Amino acid sequence: MKNLSTALTFLVALGVSSVEARDTIKIVGSSTVYPFATVVAEEFGRADNGFKAPIIESTGSGGGLKLFCAGKGPSTPDITNASRRIKMKEVKLCAKNGITDITEMKIGFDGIVVANAKSGPTVQLTRKDLYLALAKEVPIGIMDGVTGPNPYKTWNQVRAGLPNIPIVVYGPPPTSGTRDAFAEIALSGGCSEIAWIKALKKKDKKAWKKLCRTVREDGPYVEAGENDNLIIQKLTSNKDSFGVFGFSFLDQNKDKVKGAVIDGVAPTFDAIASGDYKVSRSLFFYVKNDHVGVIPGVQEYMEFFMKDDAVGEGGYLVDKGLIPLPASTRAKFQSDAKSLAKLVR
Amino acid sequence: MNKISLRNKKEKRFQLYGKTAVLVAISFLAILLFNIFSTGISAFKQTYVAVNLNIPLDVNKSEINPRAELNKSFLKMFPEIQSRTERRAALSLLSKGAKYEFEELLDKNEGKIIEGYHWFLASADLDMYIKGTVKRQGDTAGRIDENQMKFVDQLESKNLIELQSNKYLLSSADSREPEMAGIKGAIIGSLYSILIAFLVSFPIAVMAAVYLEKIASKNKFSDLIETNINNLAAVPSIVFGLLGLAIFLNFFELPRSAPLVGGLTLALMTLPTIVIAARAAIKSVPPSIEEAAIGMGASKVQTIFGFTLPLAMPGILTGTIIGIAQAIGETAPLLMIGMVAFVVDVPGGPMDASTALPVQIYLWADSPERAFTERTSAAIMVLLAFLILLNLTAIYLRKKLEKKW
Repeated sequence: MKNLSTALTFLVALGVSSVEARDTIKIVGSSTVYPFATVVAEEFGRADNGFKAPIIESTGSGGGLKLFCAGKGPSTPDITNASRRIKMKEVKLCAKNGITDITEMKIGFDGIVVANAKSGPTVQLTRKDLYLALAKEVPIGIMDGVTGPNPYKTWNQVRAGLPNIPIVVYGPPPTSGTRDAFAEIALSGGCSEIAWIKALKKKDKKAWKKLCRTVREDGPYVEAGENDNLIIQKLTSNKDSFGVFGFSFLDQNKDKVKGAVIDGVAPTFDAIASGDYKVSRSLFFYVKNDHVGVIPGVQEYMEFFMKDDAVGEGGYLVDKGLIPLPASTRAKFQSDAKSLAKLVR
Repeated sequence: MNKISLRNKKEKRFQLYGKTAVLVAISFLAILLFNIFSTGISAFKQTYVAVNLNIPLDVNKSEINPRAELNKSFLKMFPEIQSRTERRAALSLLSKGAKYEFEELLDKNEGKIIEGYHWFLASADLDMYIKGTVKRQGDTAGRIDENQMKFVDQLESKNLIELQSNKYLLSSADSREPEMAGIKGAIIGSLYSILIAFLVSFPIAVMAAVYLEKIASKNKFSDLIETNINNLAAVPSIVFGLLGLAIFLNFFELPRSAPLVGGLTLALMTLPTIVIAARAAIKSVPPSIEEAAIGMGASKVQTIFGFTLPLAMPGILTGTIIGIAQAIGETAPLLMIGMVAFVVDVPGGPMDASTALPVQIYLWADSPERAFTERTSAAIMVLLAFLILLNLTAIYLRKKLEKKW
């Protein structure tokens, strides 16, 4: 009994001591932004500015915004990373909990690549090919408006000229932001190249979304978990398979895998930066302005992140695979960071 | 006659099945260990590049910009460099950490001339080429391109690249530069968590076991408690994470990502394991000893603390160590309370944000940088060493404390 009561007093005592404010920035959010944000955090901690390195958790974009919008005060995160823009729904949730003053920072782009083993076939894909190969329902026959379960088993059935190998694509599970972005940009992009489906978008957006963004579940698309290193291992052991992952993983594994050309453009750094390579998305982070001045270093971190030697053309994040913003956009966000520009949506 | 030979054959077959089963189990273990060791062993070595320094005595060392000075000295070794691209290519062979090593060197040699070749940390890309993790294909190797390869070849021909022991791996916390990343932060975080888990769960579990076994009367209610404890031991660990989130973070408002909360959550998880082990151990103490004690006039409390518990201790400790070993390898509950995080500083106490060993393994396995692969395996080796150590302690304690009667 004595032990139990000591343990309880211990707990209560700690509970009291933790109410005081913290001196370390807490960051949550996207697993795609995580590898970049952590580099900045480490540099920020090592820089001679008197601030500690922020603590970063990888919770996914949605999970991060949920924690971020849960309220104000030291027990909530100061910053959340996102691999997509904040949704209207989330802005409302934030406002409901008293968070109305948020600053949005766009840090750059991330390309999504379809890659296979270096010794495998070299292919030229289109977004339409990807849609036809990976969607759950595809148009069947020549009649407009007729769809059925995806019948394609090999790539040359999708389009003559592609190799005669079975469709096997390793990709992230539905919880992943990469998967959302891939379905949104690559699949629905290809889907809308079919005239009647494009017309459907205006008529019945819901049906269009369902048709264009649902990934097939009958085998050819293999959910390989959130671990992209695992996908690369699988690609090297199965030469006829493809994988879907972020550009930074392609960049790190150039000697093992190669990215497929999509719509005539190879996934290179320059092609993604210029926007010629279509399958890419923007990366963001959001700052709770009420915490600026309360938690030490929040604004300094924000400005540190947006510096040219981090997110600029020759910056250290670029070495890690981030695709930089055009200079003018970057300048806008740099001044937003200084003035703590309020997000308006 | 026939029947006997049939029975003998059956016996032989049975033995063969058993042997095959053991062999299969051992070969799986061997494959796993071989895989981990063969990839992980190289992480204990680290590539260094020699830079020719020449810093005269009359320079005020605290006024030097270490990065610029180091870069200048390094570039001087390649007088043929003209373009900015070439400069960048050459400099990218040095790690970001080289700057800090140079600062250290400056501090150490305050008031002395620094000259001659000094070793500095190489970048992870170069490290992997030197270790042979990425193979050379023509003039490139992984992320090392033609531009960089010229310099690598030059350095190699002059013997200015060397593999030394990796002092970062065990002495620093996490970093996003693989060559500077270490597991010290994770090890200390794990130790704090485990210590707290032990301090909280052990006394509570032992008291609960003693009460249930020796003091409580056997009725429907105690049966209910017993069933519940047994069920609790089979609950998936993530559920304890959710419980920890609700109680320690949301109700007690303890800080997120702290080993204290991790330890308390793991304590909840190991509690049923220890209770069950302790009850079994207490039950196996011969009743004759307790009866003798009572017969000599000892009270119930005296009997329990003087005889039952000391005799049951080897069993209780074995159970506790098994529970703690299980907790050391746990990541799922730590995910819920925010210990799966990027933490650059080694925690100074149980209230500082920290990770744990299995979490570090998970985070590294998920990193895009190739060089983290070998470090992941190295971290697994350290975790395995910890587990072996714990199990050996369990065996030792059992042998040492065991009483024969």
